[in-house]
Amino acid sequence: MKKVFKVEDLDCAHCAAKLEDALNHVSGVNKATVNFLSQKITLDVEDGKLDDIVKAMVSTAKKIEPDCTILV
Amino acid sequence: MTEKQKKQLCKILVAAIICIPAIIISMPEWAKLILYLIGYLVVGLEILKKAVKNIKNGQVFDENFLMSIATIGAFLLGEYLEGIAVMLFYQIGELFQSYAVNQSRKSISDLMDIRPDSAVVLRDSQEEVVDPEEVMVGEIIVVRPGEKVPLDGIVIEGSSTLDTAALTGESVPRTVVSGETIISGCINLTGILKIRVEKEFEESTVAKILDLVENASSQKAKVENFITRFARYYTPVVVMAAAVLAVIPPLFLPNYPFADWIYRALTFLVISCPCALVISIPLSFFGGIGAASKYGVLVKGSNYLELLSNAEFAVFDKTGTLTEGSFRVSEIVPEGMKQEDLLGIAAYAEAYSNHPISQSILEAYGRPIDKEQIHEMNEIVGRGVWANVGEIEVYAGNAKLMQDIGVVYPKEVPVGTIVHIAVDHVYAGYLLIADIIKSDAKKAIEDLKKVGVKKTVMLTGDTDAIGRKVAEKLNMDEVYTQLLPADKVARIESLLERKSQNGYLVFVGDGINDAPVLARADVGVAMGGLGCDAAIEAADVVIMTDEPSKLAGMIKIARKTVKICRQNIVFALGVKAVILVLGAFGIADMWAAVFGDVGVAVLAILNSMRTLYMKNKE
Repeated sequence: MKKVFKVEDLDCAHCAAKLEDALNHVSGVNKATVNFLSQKITLDVEDGKLDDIVKAMVSTAKKIEPDCTILV
Repeated sequence: MTEKQKKQLCKILVAAIICIPAIIISMPEWAKLILYLIGYLVVGLEILKKAVKNIKNGQVFDENFLMSIATIGAFLLGEYLEGIAVMLFYQIGELFQSYAVNQSRKSISDLMDIRPDSAVVLRDSQEEVVDPEEVMVGEIIVVRPGEKVPLDGIVIEGSSTLDTAALTGESVPRTVVSGETIISGCINLTGILKIRVEKEFEESTVAKILDLVENASSQKAKVENFITRFARYYTPVVVMAAAVLAVIPPLFLPNYPFADWIYRALTFLVISCPCALVISIPLSFFGGIGAASKYGVLVKGSNYLELLSNAEFAVFDKTGTLTEGSFRVSEIVPEGMKQEDLLGIAAYAEAYSNHPISQSILEAYGRPIDKEQIHEMNEIVGRGVWANVGEIEVYAGNAKLMQDIGVVYPKEVPVGTIVHIAVDHVYAGYLLIADIIKSDAKKAIEDLKKVGVKKTVMLTGDTDAIGRKVAEKLNMDEVYTQLLPADKVARIESLLERKSQNGYLVFVGDGINDAPVLARADVGVAMGGLGCDAAIEAADVVIMTDEPSKLAGMIKIARKTVKICRQNIVFALGVKAVILVLGAFGIADMWAAVFGDVGVAVLAILNSMRTLYMKNKE
């Protein structure tokens, strides 16, 4: 299933690329896209694991780009 | 400016004010150092903190860390002014970047400002203002002049003119009357409309278009992928080079001071951030996609812009793409009477027929038919009609009909559907009924040639004679006729084999029954996407209006976008490479390095923003 999240204060394109890379390595994520320009994260995840994945996403984002906040 | 940006600007100003006295007033070294340090901390403390945090999270080659090392290093070498300047300019650059990106993000969303904020819905004959997402299918909404149509539906009351510019790039308003379908995203200009909602908001045209444009950048172009990959290696390589530069040469060149090499290594660190590229490439594509939407063309991904810019073959479907797809009387050739009279006789004879050809004759006649005049009328299957109109007996139909009734008719007639007419068994002339070529079709093909598309090809299921005639009129290079849908795919495949390695094949169709062909082509373009979901689904690029001539304009936009990307890559990499080399030889100092980092980023961003303001010159 697909889910879109808004991100705030994602300031740098390079960081967005790093974040995207990291999110793609989260288990259960089929495909993650971080759209720096529209400030959105699109996750294509395996069914039924959404809650865990969202938690993993938030903690990953904290590590990679502590400035940004994902609006869950 | 956002709060965060304002705060950053304040810090920059405060730091600058603190440091200026240290530069212009003469004072002891220690006093200068204190002022510089205070200024440095004001503007750079945040960076230092982030650097520490990121190292804890295992990110070594982080720009904050690199900047911290470079500036602290400069301080340790006694280059206070340069240390603080690097930090200061770095922050100014960051501020500008975030401002510019915000700005362009805003202008793109303004460009795509078709999202309706609210809908006025009639519930229990009361008007209620609600979120468009809350309106259900079947409810009645009211749209006043000046408001956006929030949902797709059918007009049940009122008539008005609509501004569809935001969707189609078309400046001429459209009229709608009751009974017609209406598409969300248009602006109601003149009258009050009551609309029965046919689709929920998520399914409506507006939501689909917005979704498409916003997600377009997730389909990345090759250049974009190249840059992301490049950035991954660039920083570590430059940092490594800096380390080597700091350690190795002093071992072999004892005459040079150690500090000198450290300084050179630090300049490397300053330019090791790939941000200028990483930010400017997607920004360019985003702008290009925005400019295309403004032009009335939806592009589903950056990669398609790249492919379009190298279009080599343009393949068109005929009916509905190059032609109107509807039959019209295109020639009236009377024998022994006036054109209008012949048309009138034909119209009266065909008045009771439902055949599409009869309908087109009636439409061409355009006046009310006095049915009292028609005494008798018969359809002759596969031939035409026979009618008693007023005082005369009329036969109207094909050549076979004329043969049957023994009337001599001309054998040399133009290509198309011919309706011969005989009045009282005397030949009276014929009407040519043909699918009209779109008014801009010729220009479409000419423009494609002008922008350097090598071959224009037409595929059609129509007869050979008609297909060839249209292709000849439009001056197309190749034409393949009498094709079944499966044959079209096969044709596309053989064309794909003939094109060169780096050229791409663009197929333009109406999106209704050519989905397999759209999918097979390198770039599938559907036309007349306004209100046609199938087209929006199936194609990679959707021309919202019915104009094939927009393809050439779109290729121009794509080329310009790609060109701006290339400029940025060459410029940014070029400047960085030059500064790296000069820095290694000790010619470029830290000031140059700051320019190589921040200056280049700013210039690249400004350059990529040009895509947004592309004007398509006619």
